[in-house]
Amino acid sequence: MKKLKKNEFLYFALRNTKLQVGLGVVLLFLALTLAGPLLVRNDPLAYVNLAGAQPPSSRYWFGTTFFGQDVFAQFVVGLRATFVVGVIGGGLGTLIGLLVGFTAGYRGGIVDELLGMLTNIVLVIPTLAVLLIIAAYLQVRSLFTECIFIGLTAWPWVARAVRAQTFTLRTRDFVDLARMSGRKSLQIIFAEIAPNMMSYLVMAFILQFGGAILIAATLDFIGLGPTNTISLGLMMQYAVMWGALLLGMWWWFLPPGLGITAIVGGLYVMNVGLDEVFNPKLREM
Amino acid sequence: MLKLDQVSKIYKIGAFGSKDLHAVSNVSLEVQDGQIVSLIGESGSGKSTIGRMILHLISISSGRIFYDGADVSRLSGRALKDYYRRVQGVFQDPFSSYNPIFKADRVFKLIHDEYFPELSGAEWGEKVEGTLRSVGLNPEHVLDKFPHQLSGGQLQRFLIARALLLDIRFLVADEIISMLDASTRIDVLNLLADLESRGLSVLFITHDLFLGYYISERAVILYQGCVVEMGSTEKIYANPLHPYTRMLMASVPRLDRKWGEPAEAPNGKPLGPGAGCVYRERCPIAYAGSGCDREQPALSEVESDHSVACFHYTKG
Amino acid sequence: MSLQADNLTVYYQTLRGDVRALESATFGLRDGEIMGLAGESGCGKTTLGHSLILLVPPMKLVAGRVTLDGETLPIQDTERMNDFRFRKVSIIPQYAMNALNPTRKIGKMTEELLRSRGADYQAGLPELKRRLDLVKLSPGVLGMYPFELSGGMKQRMVMVLSTLLNPSLLIADEITSALDVSSQKAVAEMLVEFRNRGCCNSVIVITHDISILYQIADSIMVMYAGQLAEKASTEAIIHAPRHPYTRLLISSLPKIGARYTEKKLAGIPGSPPLLLDPPSGCRFRERCPVAFERCLEAPPFIEIEKGHFVACWREIEANAQA
Repeated sequence: MKKLKKNEFLYFALRNTKLQVGLGVVLLFLALTLAGPLLVRNDPLAYVNLAGAQPPSSRYWFGTTFFGQDVFAQFVVGLRATFVVGVIGGGLGTLIGLLVGFTAGYRGGIVDELLGMLTNIVLVIPTLAVLLIIAAYLQVRSLFTECIFIGLTAWPWVARAVRAQTFTLRTRDFVDLARMSGRKSLQIIFAEIAPNMMSYLVMAFILQFGGAILIAATLDFIGLGPTNTISLGLMMQYAVMWGALLLGMWWWFLPPGLGITAIVGGLYVMNVGLDEVFNPKLREM
Repeated sequence: MLKLDQVSKIYKIGAFGSKDLHAVSNVSLEVQDGQIVSLIGESGSGKSTIGRMILHLISISSGRIFYDGADVSRLSGRALKDYYRRVQGVFQDPFSSYNPIFKADRVFKLIHDEYFPELSGAEWGEKVEGTLRSVGLNPEHVLDKFPHQLSGGQLQRFLIARALLLDIRFLVADEIISMLDASTRIDVLNLLADLESRGLSVLFITHDLFLGYYISERAVILYQGCVVEMGSTEKIYANPLHPYTRMLMASVPRLDRKWGEPAEAPNGKPLGPGAGCVYRERCPIAYAGSGCDREQPALSEVESDHSVACFHYTKG
Repeated sequence: MSLQADNLTVYYQTLRGDVRALESATFGLRDGEIMGLAGESGCGKTTLGHSLILLVPPMKLVAGRVTLDGETLPIQDTERMNDFRFRKVSIIPQYAMNALNPTRKIGKMTEELLRSRGADYQAGLPELKRRLDLVKLSPGVLGMYPFELSGGMKQRMVMVLSTLLNPSLLIADEITSALDVSSQKAVAEMLVEFRNRGCCNSVIVITHDISILYQIADSIMVMYAGQLAEKASTEAIIHAPRHPYTRLLISSLPKIGARYTEKKLAGIPGSPPLLLDPPSGCRFRERCPVAFERCLEAPPFIEIEKGHFVACWREIEANAQA
């Protein structure tokens, strides 16, 4: 019966247009990231074009920056950074949020109150200020630190949402029925409650993924990004810093901007499609 | 078979849990083997709370519950799992009892995994089909379907079948037919009565007096957590004693009689809220000086198999 | 006042097609009549009730017309119906207690409501207080918020609001379902009192609880799967029903004095058809113990005795022979 269930979800998943479109876009960029090193000849940070900023040509597909760097090379490597921050930063945030949310929602009482306090504190911390302070102490910031930081500060809303959902689901009769079938609490959380929230959990991860990318881009844009690599956000920062907007060097800031928009947008569309796949009632049977 | 002895449930409410809410107060009742007892009360009477305490879904604040003589007030782990082999429940909302993303027969799978892991797929399948037929369902029509593809009546029978698979001796039926259509209600009710004749004991929780009369030999009337009248259904209905029971009888819409005058003319000014009998605020015959304003009256037997908790009947 | 519905047919538009929720309903309501509209879930009684006052998508009027006091009600035109709502036709919705805005004091809400209908609050205050007294609510309730009242009190408040402008037709949609026994009796009796005092003229009481209808309704109309089955005086429906569905339904209701051990009641095997693609003709024929070939054609809802309407070929034929 379990096999049938997996196949059934797959069946509907493959036929959902929103899911196809959204996933397609994301996979496209992912493919670009993975295949990138094969397509890119230049080091993204190397000054390859002595002529400085130049629009796209057959030699430099996305043109070159103010300093003569290959925009396409930067774009491809930047994409990698973007995906890494999404997976690790978003993943960490989701994981912490889930653990806190499930525990608080299922146990209730004093456990819930304590975790609630923790959530509120982290929510209220002014992340920018903290980051500035950390930036002042760290000489070199790596992509990894950025991921950890995002993960540790973005989980509260996931925790809140998961807790609220767990609360509602916990009072439903089918949880009582599982208890009366001899199931233990942990089994119930993972076998009854979590699957019911599957689309919610996946949605939470996808939103965290997209959110992490956006936060990273913002941090990069204001100069708090990693110091030892290139990312899409950093590209945009340099572009604006060096007058790309004023001088009309659209090929410098447009690709990273569109890239971020397309990936995050694709993720969100995927999300809506997934909800239809997971919820039998939304399907037209 | 099942005995409640002075069972209470107190919730802490208000800011910092300063106030107490007595959902159930010192309820004692008994259900014999192969008997259906109706637990009748309106919303706020505590009837569902009692059901859930028996099913160990919420804890007991004080008092004890006995099953076949053994004290089952506090159970956990292995003992609780064994308890669930004997005692099960079915609730009011058929659709809420099923995890909506799984198929309905998953409830059987849970039972198989926890209690009958040694049975093979085919053996289990046979057992399931047999039980489904015994509750009046056609296995081909109801297996392998999602809950929203089945009707309320079918879902409730499914749950009864699940309980029967465990070979239970006691079922808590909490308003199990109130959400069903009138024409299917009676069929599920008849099923319960059928099972009773085969040895099952049922605590039938309801707010509907007529259903109680139809299905059970004994009844317990609850008001705001206290038992106000208890005994043989026939005797209670023929001769309701407690003012609340009389009010219920007079107010329930019937098909054989129109609403008449209220049960009794008020005896002067009714007592306001305060300590004492739980019904004092609405009682037309309560008056100070007879204990109505001091304490909750205990159950006293007025005729054989008919007890009432009212000071009006404990004089002399 | 008089209400006449002719061939009223209302469908619900869904992605999978039209759900034929109400099919060819033709009936009349007399001045001062309290008619109960009874049936099980999905029979179309709520559709009928709502189509008389708020016919909005996904509902659509497929055929038929409704006349109230000789005037055709523009039920398919939501804007034009605005003139009639609350004045000529009013409704006490299901879960009425949730219809009160929780952030508004009740008096303020009443004032806004009256103002939107072009009535003056201050001028109507004495009458409002009289009505509150009628439903045993103190005038102080106007200064309270909805959460301060109990379920029964809120229900009565909504009753007062719905009848404030003395509508000709009042539709009461399951107003007693969520209440306790004592509140049910109070609310049901108040409905009759309203009619008696002229706060409203005629009432359609929609409910699945036939025993309440026995207590307060003058006549009962039974529906099944979107079709009208039977309409007659309350006494006739309860004690001498003619339609097979009504007969089975009445006999499946437990009454005082009925014990399982003495006389086992029977339900109706099977379940109502899905209305997306309902069977042709009489929709009860698949569960009916006396169905025959003629039932493939929908029976007309005709008067077989004075004031007694039935849609059943068996009864029509029996009547023709008598």
